[in-house]
Amino acid sequence: MRLFELQGISKNFGAIQALNGVNLKIDSGEVLGLMGDNGAGKSTMIKIMAGNFPPSSGEIWLKGEKVAFQNPLDARKKGIEVVYQDLALCDNLTAAENVFLGREAKIKFGPFKFIHYAAMFREAARHFAELKSETRPRDLVKQMSGGQRQAVAIARTRLSKPDIVLMDEPTAAISVRQVAEVLDLIRRLRDRGVAVILISHRMPDVFAVCDHVSVMRRGKVVADKPIGTTSPEEVTGLITGAIEKA
Amino acid sequence: MSIAIDDVSRQREWGPLRQLLRSQPFWVTVALGLMCLVMAHVSNVFFTDDNFFNVTRNFAFIGIIALGMTAVIITGGIDLSVGSVVGISGIATGMVLNAGYHWWLGILAGILTALACGLVNGLLIAYLKLSSFIVTLGMFGIARSLAQVLSQNHMIYQLGPDEKIFNDVGGGVLFGVAHTFIVLLVLMFVLIIAFRYTTWGRWVYAIGGNEQAARLTGVPVNRIKVSVYVLSGLMSGISAVMLVGWQGAAINAMGTGYELRAIASSVIGGADLMGGAGGAYGAFIGAALIEVIRNSLLLAGVDANWEGTFIGLFIVFAVLLSKFRGMRSG
Repeated sequence: MRLFELQGISKNFGAIQALNGVNLKIDSGEVLGLMGDNGAGKSTMIKIMAGNFPPSSGEIWLKGEKVAFQNPLDARKKGIEVVYQDLALCDNLTAAENVFLGREAKIKFGPFKFIHYAAMFREAARHFAELKSETRPRDLVKQMSGGQRQAVAIARTRLSKPDIVLMDEPTAAISVRQVAEVLDLIRRLRDRGVAVILISHRMPDVFAVCDHVSVMRRGKVVADKPIGTTSPEEVTGLITGAIEKA
Repeated sequence: MSIAIDDVSRQREWGPLRQLLRSQPFWVTVALGLMCLVMAHVSNVFFTDDNFFNVTRNFAFIGIIALGMTAVIITGGIDLSVGSVVGISGIATGMVLNAGYHWWLGILAGILTALACGLVNGLLIAYLKLSSFIVTLGMFGIARSLAQVLSQNHMIYQLGPDEKIFNDVGGGVLFGVAHTFIVLLVLMFVLIIAFRYTTWGRWVYAIGGNEQAARLTGVPVNRIKVSVYVLSGLMSGISAVMLVGWQGAAINAMGTGYELRAIASSVIGGADLMGGAGGAYGAFIGAALIEVIRNSLLLAGVDANWEGTFIGLFIVFAVLLSKFRGMRSG
């Protein structure tokens, strides 16, 4: 049984056809690279997968069941987490508070419920250790490096134990050393059986971690290949349109 | 490897001492302490029980309002209406007492009026996404004007059959300090706990830090926003009721200019107008500092007209201080 599959997804906004019969599939423990130029339809794809809006036509299959996401919260409940490009972190809170934001651990004290910091620090530390990231739960996010911030955003997705994690340009604005850190984080997720869909512009990153690569151009998937059977040159050609289809 | 990470995860970038040294309320407390030491030498009246009583009572009214203001400022908003809400809330209390009702009905009338003002502010800001500055500026005008209409521009000084009890609530003394100061201390402790140890408190900070992130992670941003304006209204109402009790009369000009003093207290105590930072103790100590400056100038025989200059300098200095702290951490 396939974990997650999009079949013939189309989306139009008025007269604009953003997606045109797109197919996509991914299994547990796989990393899929989704590449394409600006305007190729990548963002529309993520938003459909994350439940921000429904497709105009086409089907979404999750664990052998046909699904329709009402909203992002619904998609999350069904096991799809998103790491947004801007990471959606609060700089003025600690790493642990960010990981648990909106889902704080609480302890009852008579009629009142108080935040259980000890549990949150402990749990967050465990998630960071799993990700092998040197991120300290008690530090404020504003003091952190780009790689550590990614670790916080990814640790947040671990709380709901998702099957699929969508990552939107996680390596776009960070240093070379931090990129290596983030790619390691993606490998840890994969090792835990999570399916990762990596949306990226950066060719070396995609070739470093992905098992498959799907290339989009003008609302269509023009190639879907195992990473071993393609090359950066071919993918570049597909993105720009120099190569029509592969 | 995992042992090394375990070690790391228990550490934190800033130890307790460094955190204390970087906290604005700490330095304001130090400044306040120094000022008191200097005044002890300048004036032999400063360290008397009477002066302590007066100072703590005077800043308690502003301090209570500053607590609510701080919650609003942490979310990145502002409440300019608090002074006017004190006005209309005081008049409501005065009118109910004047009509001969029970003292607690008078208190209830004042508090409910203030809560209603805060609720209107909050709903407009959270759900219609209007700017907090504009909405509360509107309420600033409306509440004061309604106070004048309701009171027909008369002072209400006959507070009915329960006048004595009511005046004791607002003007009474317990353990050598004014009731209002005790109310301030209790509310401050409640808010310190609420800010730090409840989800409500953490969400208030989260909204100020990154509202979009808070929304995406499922924080009920709109409800929390309404709650801080309601809290600010509640604090103004409590302050108004205590003021009427202490003065033994309600006038519609009550609370004029309090919004700026409350904002100044919050900001001196470390609240950031951009949101995300501030605290209940900061609001308390900020209000205390302003009153002690005022009191010191008076006792030192400085012309009272200088008061605004000194307080203004302190506000600018406080903002400068937080700017430098921000630069080092950024």
